[in-house]
Amino acid sequence: MTEPNPARPMVRMAAVDKFFGPLHVLKKITLEVPRGQVVVVLGPSGSGKSTLCRAINRLEPIDSGLIEVDGRPLPAEGKELARLRAEVGMVFQSFNLFAHKTILENVTLAPIRVRKLPVAEARKTGLELLERVGIANQADKYPAQLSGGQQQRAAIARALAMRPKVMLFDEPTSALDPEMVQEVLDVMSALAADGMTMLVVTHEMGFARKAAHRVIFMSDGEVVEDSTPQEFFTAPKSGRAKDFLGKILTH
Amino acid sequence: MNVIIDNFPLYVSGFLQTLRICAFAALGSLVLGTVIAGFRVSPVPPLRWVGTAWVTVFRNCPLTVVLFFCAFGLPEIGVNGAYFWFGVTGLILYTSAFVCEAVRSGINSVPAGQAEAARAVGLTFSQSLTSVVLPQALRTVVPPLGSVIIAMIKNSAIVGAFGVGGDLFAVGDTLTSSRGEAVLPVLIGVVLGYLVITIPGGLLLGLLERKVAIAR
Repeated sequence: MTEPNPARPMVRMAAVDKFFGPLHVLKKITLEVPRGQVVVVLGPSGSGKSTLCRAINRLEPIDSGLIEVDGRPLPAEGKELARLRAEVGMVFQSFNLFAHKTILENVTLAPIRVRKLPVAEARKTGLELLERVGIANQADKYPAQLSGGQQQRAAIARALAMRPKVMLFDEPTSALDPEMVQEVLDVMSALAADGMTMLVVTHEMGFARKAAHRVIFMSDGEVVEDSTPQEFFTAPKSGRAKDFLGKILTH
Repeated sequence: MNVIIDNFPLYVSGFLQTLRICAFAALGSLVLGTVIAGFRVSPVPPLRWVGTAWVTVFRNCPLTVVLFFCAFGLPEIGVNGAYFWFGVTGLILYTSAFVCEAVRSGINSVPAGQAEAARAVGLTFSQSLTSVVLPQALRTVVPPLGSVIIAMIKNSAIVGAFGVGGDLFAVGDTLTSSRGEAVLPVLIGVVLGYLVITIPGGLLLGLLERKVAIAR
């Protein structure tokens, strides 16, 4: 174990390239997610922001470049990679809760199987986490019995159960009915306020404005802007960002 | 039909022998076939090659040839044992290829997001397979696996012919060839014996299918 170094970024990407066949989805991406900060990634559909997020825990392998999490380069497929993923929480657009397990079992599976926690202890922390995201009363239900918002909060609790160093959110509210978006954003804002390091791919401009330390704007596989929310929303530098903001902020 | 009643103990012993062959072969091929299915979806290329080669060989070889290899080929290369185990081994090898493909189709029916989520929380490939993917694959796998196992039970009749003997089909053969009994009533008795295994087996599978159904 290396000592945590506050100066070292939690996530660092340098000159990352990724292709889907002939399609160049990530073009020489270089960015940093500093410890304890919330970085929000914005951009039009197909700009590569989800791929960027999924590349950080190697759900999408990259073609060239460097990705480091807490100072260590991403290992190749195998046990080392599993260990790294255990320390990187991930929340998906479509929740992906384990359909055959109860909500509490979803939250305790990895702590028991990966961290080898005793079942009783894992259940106790699991219930505390479910309490924290406001669905402790749903612990014994199956995912299909919950609303989308509840499922996504359970998915956040599942990721938190591994005590991750950083949380990745891949469009966590895009599959939700409008009235359920807020409850998920509230949980995320609370996490951010607690000092969790987060990278959030989203279309929620309100969240970006309020919770983000930095906003990264992507378009066509490139990082076009990397600035503070204040700067990005009031004085975007690039034409593509102005165009994007013009389309979403007019209504 | 007196022949059935008169030779009832012989039928019972044949029935038990068939049941023994089937019990070992079912257990063996289910375990082996599931492991091979794991190979076929593994991220490690050599394991995938082994899995593919396994299925290609055993699914495309006639069972009689596989049994010939086990019963008469294995002793030639110095593997010795009872014909019973050679026969059971041949049936396991052959059936495992079909079990593998049924299980693999079940694995493919589980949404990719489930395995992604399992990997994202830090489960290794084998952990995500055993605790997330396979339990959900079971639901779609039960009906095709049922067909595979029923085919295996019927194939056990061929195993009996490779020096194993004493099974239901061999009983029929003994009664008609050596003792000169009329073929029809003897074979009706044999058929009843197989049905006693396969029909309750099918009902059991239906029960299992309802039990493992998962709401999505």
